[in-house]
Amino acid sequence: MIHECFDQYACLAADISFNLEGLRHGFWQLTIDGLSWGAIYALVAVGYTLVFGVLRLINFAHSEIFMLGMFGAYFCLDMILGFTPSGNAYNKGIALTVLYLGIAMLFAMLVSGTAAVGLEFIAYRPLRRRHARSLAFLITAIGMSFVLQEFVHFVLPKLLKGYGGSNAQQPIILVQPKTQFTIFGATVSNVTLVVVASALVLAVLTDLAINRTKFGRGIRAVAQDPNTATLMGVSRERIIMLTFLLGGLLAGAAALLYTLKVPQGIIYSGGFLLGIKAFSAAVLGGIGNLRGALLGGLLLGIMENYGQAVFGTQWRDVVAFVLLVLVLLFRPSGILGESLGKARV
Amino acid sequence: MSWTERLLAPGDALRQWWDGLSRVQKWGFGVVGFGLLALLPLFPPPFLNTPNISFGGTMAQFAMVAIIAIGLNVVVGQAGLLDLGYVGFYAVGAYTVALLTSPSSPLNKVGPTGFFSEDWAWLSCVPLAMAFTALAGLILGTPTLRLRGDYLAIVTLGFGEIIRLLADNLAGITNGPRGLPGVEYPRLGESERLPDGVFSSGNTTGDANYGTWWFWLGIILMVIILLLVGNLERSRVGRAWVAIREDEDAAEVLGVNTFRFKLWAFVIGAAIGGLSGALYAGQVQFVAPPTFNIINSMLFLCAVVLGGQGNKLGVIVGAFIIVYLPNRLIGVEFLGINMGDLKYLFFGMALVVLMIFRPQGMFPARQQLLAYGKAAREMLRRAPEKEAAA
Repeated sequence: MIHECFDQYACLAADISFNLEGLRHGFWQLTIDGLSWGAIYALVAVGYTLVFGVLRLINFAHSEIFMLGMFGAYFCLDMILGFTPSGNAYNKGIALTVLYLGIAMLFAMLVSGTAAVGLEFIAYRPLRRRHARSLAFLITAIGMSFVLQEFVHFVLPKLLKGYGGSNAQQPIILVQPKTQFTIFGATVSNVTLVVVASALVLAVLTDLAINRTKFGRGIRAVAQDPNTATLMGVSRERIIMLTFLLGGLLAGAAALLYTLKVPQGIIYSGGFLLGIKAFSAAVLGGIGNLRGALLGGLLLGIMENYGQAVFGTQWRDVVAFVLLVLVLLFRPSGILGESLGKARV
Repeated sequence: MSWTERLLAPGDALRQWWDGLSRVQKWGFGVVGFGLLALLPLFPPPFLNTPNISFGGTMAQFAMVAIIAIGLNVVVGQAGLLDLGYVGFYAVGAYTVALLTSPSSPLNKVGPTGFFSEDWAWLSCVPLAMAFTALAGLILGTPTLRLRGDYLAIVTLGFGEIIRLLADNLAGITNGPRGLPGVEYPRLGESERLPDGVFSSGNTTGDANYGTWWFWLGIILMVIILLLVGNLERSRVGRAWVAIREDEDAAEVLGVNTFRFKLWAFVIGAAIGGLSGALYAGQVQFVAPPTFNIINSMLFLCAVVLGGQGNKLGVIVGAFIIVYLPNRLIGVEFLGINMGDLKYLFFGMALVVLMIFRPQGMFPARQQLLAYGKAAREMLRRAPEKEAAA
C-alpha cells in the first residue's frame, strides 16, 4: 500500500489540525461540556488527593474503585430497580427519575466505599505494619489495580451472568439528554445539569466535612504530621480508613454521574483512563489539597475540551497527558499548592 | 525463619551459592547455563513444553522480555527510578525499525533505490533504533528526572501513553491502528525450502522454527547486554546508582551528581528497551499500537519486581515467569475460565503478595561493598573462620 501523501510534513498536517476558529466559535459550548466532564474528574480526584495527603501514596487502584462503582450503579438499576437494558430512554418524569438516580447513586457509593476500605484493609494495611518503602506501596497499588480489573473481566461473568467480560454492559438509559436552556448561545442539557449540580453539592459537603468536622480535623492533622497527631489522641488507622471511605464514596457518586453521561462506558477497563486524568487533575490543583483537586478537575475538563476543539477529537487524551507533564515540570506543587495539613486549623 | 520466608525464598540458597563462586567459576557456569538454555527449544522437555503454542516462539518472546527486564532493571532496580512508561521506549525502538523498513511507511528506505539493502536492513536499523530510543530517553529524562519519585512514575506513565496515542493518531506516518506490516528481518540461511531464510515467519515447522532462531539471536544480544550492564554495575556509575537508590540526598551530599547519573540510567535503560523493540519488530514483522499498551509496561515492571530489583540475573528469571506462564496456560480450562486469560490477575496477586511478604523479590540483590569490595569481603569472611578456629 502506498500512501497518498509522500511528504511527511504534509502527512503531519493532515493528522493534526490547528483550528483556533473552532475554539472561538464553540467557546461557551465547549466550556459547559468541559465543566460536566470536569465535575466528574473533580470527584474522583478528591479520592487521590485525600489519600495522598494522608499516606503520601498514589492510590493507583482508585480508578478501579471508580470502575466498581459503575458496575454497582448498573447492578442497582438492573437487579434492584428492575430496569432492563434498552436502546431507548426511560422517561419516568422528573421526580421518579431523580429518586431512581438517588438510589442508584447511594448504591454505587456503597459499593465503591466498601471496595476502597477493603482495598486499604487487604493491601495497604499489611504494608504499613511492615514499614514498607513507598515503592512497595505503589507496586501493590498497581497489582491491586490488575486484580480488580481482571476480576471484573474474567471472574465476574462466571459469578453473575451478564456482568463483566470483555464487552461493555448494555446501556440502561434513564435520562434522555435534552436541551433545557441556552446560555451565551450554548445549550445546556438535563444530563449536564444533573452532573454539575450533584458534583457541586458533593464537593461542598466534602469541603465542609474536611474543614468543619472533627473527623476532617483528624485527616488534616494526620496529613500534617502523623506522629504528633497520634500523640494528640488521633487514631491514625481509623483516620486512614475513613479517608479511603470518603474517597470511595465520592468515586461511587462520580461513577453514577459518568454512566449518566456515557451509558455505554461500563466496562472493566473503563476506569483506567479516567483515573489517570483524575490524578492529573489532582496534581494540577496541587495534590493533597482538597480544593485544589476540585479546581484541577474542572480546569482539566475544560482544557481538554478546548484542546480537542483545536487539535481534533483524537488528540483529547494527549492534551490531558501533555497538560499533566507540563504542570509537573513547571509547577509540581500545583495551582493551589500541595498541603492538606497546612490549611487553617 | 517463618514459613512465608521459606515458601517465597527459593532463590536464597541459589543466590548464596552463586555469590560464593569465583569470577572464573561464574563464567564457566554462565556459559554452560546459557548454552543449555539455547538448546532448550530444540529438545523441549515434556514438562516445560507449551502444548498450545510454539515453544520456540515462547522462548523468543522470553528473550525479548528478558532484555527489557535487564534494561528496566537498570532504571528501577539499580537507580531506583520508578518508570511506568517503559513500554514507550519499546515502542520507539519497534517503530524506528518499522518506519524505516516497512513498505507501508512513507519513510521506507529499503529497496533498490533506498538507503538500505533488503539483506542488511534489519541489522543496520538496530543501532539506529537504540540511538533513537536513547535520544527519547534523554528528551524525556532531562526535564522530568528532577521530580520526586512518585511524580516521576506518573510522568513516565503519561509519556508511555502519549507515545502510543501518537502512533495511533499520526496515521499519515505510522499507518495508525492498522499498523505497519512487512517489517524487514535478517536474511540468513536461505534455501530451497525457506526462500526468505530461517528468520522469516514462513519458517514455522519443526523445533528450529523462526521463533527458535529469534530466541538464539535474542540470547546472544542478552549476553552482550548482560556483560555491558555488569561492567557498568561494577564501575563508578553503578556505585553512584546504588547510592542514589538508597538515599538520594545523602548521595548528593557526598558529591554524586545525582541528576547526571539518573539521566545516564534512564538513557541506558531506554536504549536497551529500544533494542528489544527492534527485536520485536523483526520477529513479528508487524508493528501496531495496541502492543504498546500501558498494561504491558506494568507487566515488564512485574518481571523486574518478581525476579528481584537490582539483580540482573534474577530479573531474567522474572521475565521467564512472566512470558512462560501465560503461554503455558493457554487453552487450559479451569471452572470454565481459560487460565491463559488470567495472567494479569495472577501477576497482580503475585505483586501484592510479594510486596507484603518479600518486597525484595525472589532473587534479591545483595547489599555488598562495591568499591574495594573483594578485599573487604575476603577480610570479613576470614574473620568468622578465625573465631571458629579459636
